[in-house]
Amino acid sequence: MELFDNHKTLYSTALGLFLVLTLGVAILPAISNEKNNAPLPEAPVLSEDAVKGKALFVANGCVACHTQQVRNVEMDKIWGDRPGIAADYADNHRTDLLHNTATLMGTERTGPDLTNVGNRQPSRDWHLVHLFNPRTVVEQSIMPAYTWLFEIKDSVQEGDVVVNVPEAFLASTHQKVVASREALQLVAYLQSLKQVKLPGEKSPLFLYKREQPAAAGDGASPVLNGAELYANNCQSCHQPNGEGLKGAFPPLKGSKIVLNDDPELMVDIIMNGYTGRMQEGFGEMPAVGTLNKLTPGEVAAIMNHERSSWGNNSRKVTEEQVKVIMEKVKKQ
Amino acid sequence: MLTVAVLIVSIYYAAAQTKGKAFFAMNSTAGLWTCCLLLLAVILQLALYMKYRLQHVIRLRQVRRRQAQDESITVHIPQLNRHQLETLLKVKQQTKIKVLVLIGLGCSLSAGAQDLKPTKLMNQTGILITIILILIPVLVGIALMIFKLRRVIGHYRRKVHQEESGQLASYLDEMNDTETLHALSQRKIALDYSLNDDELAGTQAADDNKGLLSDISNAPDINFITRKKVAVARPPIDPALAKLVLWFLGTATFWLLFGTTVGEYVGIKFISPDVDHLSWLSFGRLRPVHTNAVFWGWASLAMLGLGYYIVPRVSNMPIASLKKGWYTLVLVNAAVVSGTITLMAGINNAGGEYREYVWPVMALFAAGLCITLRNFLQTIASRKSKEIYISNWYIVSAVIFAIVIVLVAYLPFWQDGLGETIVQGYYMHQGVGMWFMLFVLGVTYYFLPQQLNRPIYSYSLGILAFWSQIFFYTVIGTHHFVFSSIPWWLQTVAIVGSVGMLIPVTSGSTNFFMTFRNGWHKLAGSYTLPFFLVGLVFYFTGSMQGTAEAFRYTNLIWHFTDFTVAHSHITMYGIITFLLWAAIYTVVPRLTGKEPPQITVGIHFWLALIGLLFYTVPLMYGATYRGIMWQSGKPFIDSVVFMAPYWLWRAIGGSLMWTAHIVFAYNMYKMLLATTIPDIKEAALKKLSEQYLKGSISSPNQ
Repeated sequence: MELFDNHKTLYSTALGLFLVLTLGVAILPAISNEKNNAPLPEAPVLSEDAVKGKALFVANGCVACHTQQVRNVEMDKIWGDRPGIAADYADNHRTDLLHNTATLMGTERTGPDLTNVGNRQPSRDWHLVHLFNPRTVVEQSIMPAYTWLFEIKDSVQEGDVVVNVPEAFLASTHQKVVASREALQLVAYLQSLKQVKLPGEKSPLFLYKREQPAAAGDGASPVLNGAELYANNCQSCHQPNGEGLKGAFPPLKGSKIVLNDDPELMVDIIMNGYTGRMQEGFGEMPAVGTLNKLTPGEVAAIMNHERSSWGNNSRKVTEEQVKVIMEKVKKQ
Repeated sequence: MLTVAVLIVSIYYAAAQTKGKAFFAMNSTAGLWTCCLLLLAVILQLALYMKYRLQHVIRLRQVRRRQAQDESITVHIPQLNRHQLETLLKVKQQTKIKVLVLIGLGCSLSAGAQDLKPTKLMNQTGILITIILILIPVLVGIALMIFKLRRVIGHYRRKVHQEESGQLASYLDEMNDTETLHALSQRKIALDYSLNDDELAGTQAADDNKGLLSDISNAPDINFITRKKVAVARPPIDPALAKLVLWFLGTATFWLLFGTTVGEYVGIKFISPDVDHLSWLSFGRLRPVHTNAVFWGWASLAMLGLGYYIVPRVSNMPIASLKKGWYTLVLVNAAVVSGTITLMAGINNAGGEYREYVWPVMALFAAGLCITLRNFLQTIASRKSKEIYISNWYIVSAVIFAIVIVLVAYLPFWQDGLGETIVQGYYMHQGVGMWFMLFVLGVTYYFLPQQLNRPIYSYSLGILAFWSQIFFYTVIGTHHFVFSSIPWWLQTVAIVGSVGMLIPVTSGSTNFFMTFRNGWHKLAGSYTLPFFLVGLVFYFTGSMQGTAEAFRYTNLIWHFTDFTVAHSHITMYGIITFLLWAAIYTVVPRLTGKEPPQITVGIHFWLALIGLLFYTVPLMYGATYRGIMWQSGKPFIDSVVFMAPYWLWRAIGGSLMWTAHIVFAYNMYKMLLATTIPDIKEAALKKLSEQYLKGSISSPNQ
């Protein structure tokens, strides 16, 4: 054909087709998304530290393993209360001349999604020791250790943030691990990652609902798996063996509070957090139950798992009991 | 049994019709059954065929026996005593039972297959496509096994004949009849008559005055490995251009070795995360170093080098400017060097995959491409042929599109908020499809017909593939963000485009495989064609897999898992890298006149292929289960623990691939720099002419 024997018409036709399609599927949708989305009203502005932490997150390629997107499918429900929407990302802009906008949605989930990690794991102590070496708190983790974000000192000066690293991870018992400013900035960024509440009542639906095991068929709610709930909500600090981490997170095995016949204090701690053992060097317990929106049934399942594992042998609690106490201890 | 299978199919067919479902729809149970049963039927048919062959042999043996020992056998039978008869009958009985057991086993096996309830997973088109794609090599394996079995039976037949010959020998030994012996000696004299062998050729020595014969060897040589064809000398190529091409390919080889060394190390970190605690070597920084080095270093440089060979050749003109070629070489290499260093130092664009190099680095790369584009266009503008050969369609378009893609990805005007993600989806997939794939297809359109010594099967199919590739591939980028918060319609367009990719992929593969037809015998005698074949098989399966992965349901299972990693290695390694190797092994010996050692080419090929399979298959298997674990709500860390053995397999496969690259680098060294044993004739002539020159200079003095 004549058209294809002329290099000018051939290549300009190909380029034209490619440009039209490029406009249609990339440039115009991108521009329209930019124009038609604004940050949510309740979205907080990142602190100065968090902004620097985000730059560190980008520089170290954390996005290679961690996504920041809750898809609108049921299986992603564990990463957030609602599916992500375009407005969640609207506040991402170019920070400087050299770097592009970092939406950090990611395409690979070798590690957990971080959209809501600030709610799921708010404890600074946990993040610091986890960054120093993830295997201190999660034995099977394959995440890199970011030891270069910490200083190893023999003596601590005033203002130093000391990280309680188990002795097995240190060369000598006299060494103290002090978090650098970068480590604190990175943690500040991770703590800032919280899903923002939508203004209206309605939020997009999760698709592909999990089929409920039609077990009894008599309308009884399915039995909740306490061990799995413990693994998802508590295990990263209190450990699979319930022994916690010496000097950082207290043990549940043989704990007076766990073994107490009266479950009120235990429910209170789960729902509202705890600072009662900070003078012993333990970190502050975040209000895991409230942050992760645990239901009375789920709290009861977790409590019963804790009260009957690792040699613990205490009276079981029922969902109704927990519900009543939750109402009672609820903070306004 | 076959009839039973067909019967079952037809029963299911009827059943499916009563249910009012589409029978051959991929999501219907009956359709799945038909596939399974058809497969079963094929295997059964093969088994039956084998059985008949076996029976034939047994019958043959029996007949021969009967003929030879007819009398003695009949004599023996009435003489059998009661006990012997009993044993004989028992033996007969047992063979019957054995046959029954075999049949029963077959039935129970097929019954077992029937018990498999097609789960919800099996109703999904994407999964079915993948299973069928996996079945293709399995069926090839079965076919191979059948051929092996045939050979075993052949051996057995030979043995039977040997036994017969023993009998003949003894018969001959006993034969002492003078009349027969005389007749035989007469026959021998008649048979001993022979021609002198020079009735036609005459007694004079052969004279090849047309120069048709070459490479004649009279020395006997034991072949431990198959001798493959060596590169045929081509019309001389401008040594200056050859030098440029070789520099491109040489630096590409360096980046392959470097990039995959990093990849290997990164793979090891999945198994041993505490192998080092250095910021410059941490996983998140090294992963983009690996991907970008093999993308912009290895594949891009190798492609450009081959482009500098092909574009002037099919235009029938020297390259417009050699200098511009060198500029591109320096710019692209500078981009990869500086990109690697900046990434390791923690200077990263924003974390979008393959977009990790900051813009000043990528600007070097784009500048290199612009210079080359101008150079290619000038060369083509001055071409001597009227038409533009299809290789040049693909190659030049790829360079144009790559420049557009880089501009769209790095210009800041549409990158705020989700705009960045939409552009990211576009960029990462266009980079793969419109730069690497398009360019390498152009390279294949040139080298494959040349290596097969036949024209491409259909020019029109090539043109159809070209335009449909542009049309469908451009829109599929956002299938990397299915279910994310980018517009739903854009996701749907990407999925539809992914299905549309069946058109260019099928037409392209058909074209290449039909070019191969009647040329399969050349495969065994060539060391480049196996690379082409593997690349083309993966072109078909890898691209089809991409379509299967794009569906919404398959996204639920495979998205975010290592399945994507396996897929990108099947495509970027299985397709692109294998085809590039094929082209490099074709062109470099022609440029340098030095052949790579054939045994190390063979080692390179097999290590790379086996390594790739070890890398991808376990990873796809494990990733599928990981996705299912996520779906069923298992704790995340359980899925990490579950993946550990598959990550180990990945590292093993990666090590094999990496070893293959060392062997490849050695082959490159052999082709580029090694001092070969000089051609004795060439050297002698050179000496003679030197002497002659000296003589002619010194003769006046005498």
